[in-house]
Amino acid sequence: MKQYSAWKVFKNGLTGQKDWGRAWRDPEPKQAYDIVIVGGGLHGLATAFYLAKNHGLKNIAVLEKGWIGGGNAGRNTTIVRSNYMMPGNRQFYEHSLQLWEELSHELNYNVMFSQRAHVALFHSPGARDAYARRYNTMRLTGSDGELWGLEQLKNEIPHLNYNDARFPITGAAVQRRAGTARHDAVAWGYARAADQLGVDIIQNCEVTAVRRDGGRVHALQTSRGEIKAGKVGFAVAGNTTRLWQMADLGNLPIESHKLQAFVSEPLKPLLDHVVVFGVGGAHFYISQSDKGGMVFGGDLDWYKSYAQRGNLPIVQDTCEAAMSILPCLGRVRLLRHWSGVMDMTMDGSPFICKTPLKNLYLNAGWNYGGFKASPASGWYFADLIANDRPHEFIEHFSLDRFTRGVIIDERGAGPDPKLHG
Amino acid sequence: MIRIDCPFCGLRDHSEFSYGGDASINYPPLDAPAEQWHDAVFLRENIRGRQLETWQHTSGCRMWLNVERDTVSHEIFAVWPAHRGYGRVLHAEKENTE
Ligand SMILES: Cc1cc2nc3c(=O)[nH]c(=O)nc-3n(C[C@H](O)[C@H](O)[C@H](O)COP(=O)(O)OP(=O)(O)OC[C@H]3O[C@@H](n4cnc5c(N)ncnc54)[C@H](O)[C@@H]3O)c2cc1C
Ligand SMILES: [Zn+2]
Repeated sequence: MKQYSAWKVFKNGLTGQKDWGRAWRDPEPKQAYDIVIVGGGLHGLATAFYLAKNHGLKNIAVLEKGWIGGGNAGRNTTIVRSNYMMPGNRQFYEHSLQLWEELSHELNYNVMFSQRAHVALFHSPGARDAYARRYNTMRLTGSDGELWGLEQLKNEIPHLNYNDARFPITGAAVQRRAGTARHDAVAWGYARAADQLGVDIIQNCEVTAVRRDGGRVHALQTSRGEIKAGKVGFAVAGNTTRLWQMADLGNLPIESHKLQAFVSEPLKPLLDHVVVFGVGGAHFYISQSDKGGMVFGGDLDWYKSYAQRGNLPIVQDTCEAAMSILPCLGRVRLLRHWSGVMDMTMDGSPFICKTPLKNLYLNAGWNYGGFKASPASGWYFADLIANDRPHEFIEHFSLDRFTRGVIIDERGAGPDPKLHG
Repeated sequence: MIRIDCPFCGLRDHSEFSYGGDASINYPPLDAPAEQWHDAVFLRENIRGRQLETWQHTSGCRMWLNVERDTVSHEIFAVWPAHRGYGRVLHAEKENTE
């Protein structure tokens, strides 16, 4: 019986945890599949799962050049929220949040989704008004949102800097259903559930060339041999341009930038919420993991890069932001910091769309908000691949939105990828 | 820390500079067809390796610079003024002092 249960946890406790068995197979790649997904991050794995689960499809492979969850899937700060306002984003992220609420059951894997509330601080009447508009839009479209005044905020989170902050805190916009999840568990949960439905998850398998047959992809050249494919989906985050150019498709509205994350030594329970601070260019978000580490991050490293390592000025910036709102962290030691390569787009919104090649589909452009999007991204990318047409929820996530003038610029920052946080 | 050898100020930490973007883009004439403007404004080659980019020495001389940099190793190969006229003046001055 492959199903995990409380009974199994108990039984394995008695037998020294020796009987768990593999969570997913490690198959040799076949010579051909009906559907090949490139990229074993959250989006690739979720897509494979929903292709099998929602559409009953078989003969699917996920090709991952390293190990699954080794990319941004395992590097993010795990914040899940749906406080997007623009048409196109609003319903998509709301659906994603709904999928999160049932995900552990759906996958029979505890993804430790914790709806601890996302608390975005504001510091001026202007910011408050902007949040009021956004959170009211959310409430009018089936989501939850609240505005907290200073008294309520002090009650909920007493240890923010209410005394001498350079930008005094005046309140917060709150989404209670938002929170965090355990990123590794999401990757493993999707992998295991997809595997049980027959999906081959093939690790250490790098796609090195895309063989075209006119307007179609015929096969993928990989480090483990050539694999023929009926349909192909790219879900390779920061490496999207490289795959796109392997298929000889030219340039994309995407730049690869890196984003860092930080974790402190473990502490006793200190912070029950996700707290976000953004003012005058500063950008900072923090939560506490179940192990006690303070998990936080800030802005991009500001220049284009494919290196999975962060620079020191951002360490300083981020720690300054931390001190400005949570001065009690002053003597806490940093344990680790790392970085991931983000697929930043020209308007900060993603692509789930068809491509100039008939049997090639694109999933990319997650900027630095793709963790929360994983379930809906997999859901609608699978739907696109299975039905060869975009669902109305993702119609606007197309490459031609820039030619048509229907960009989805949530931040209003213009066509400069590094500005879309 | 990346260090950029500003032709006006000398070798400085990159935190003194602001990153501009891709310096290889050629903006078309104002009356060019919309497709050409679309490509220049929205599409990027997004090179993994050596690329040309612009940086501004915001906390120094405030000059815009062209930089040739590797986007994986971050090694810098060349830095020169983005404005051709300044480039020529600088070049001439160097020749005079040498
Ligand atoms: C520091 C950091 C913090 C973040 N914080 C948040 C957050 O709080 N909330 C949020 O919603 N989002 C966050 N994100 C964004 C989120 O992590 C990403 O948008 C999301 O993980 C991207 O999708 P993915 O998981 O499929 O990508 P990845 O895990 O990067 O998957 C892509 C995979 O493709 C593989 N690949 C690449 N090239 C090839 C090839 N040629 N052949 C085969 N395989 C290949 C890679 O090895 C990789 O495993 C953060 C990201 C970072 C880096
Ligand atoms: Zn200078």
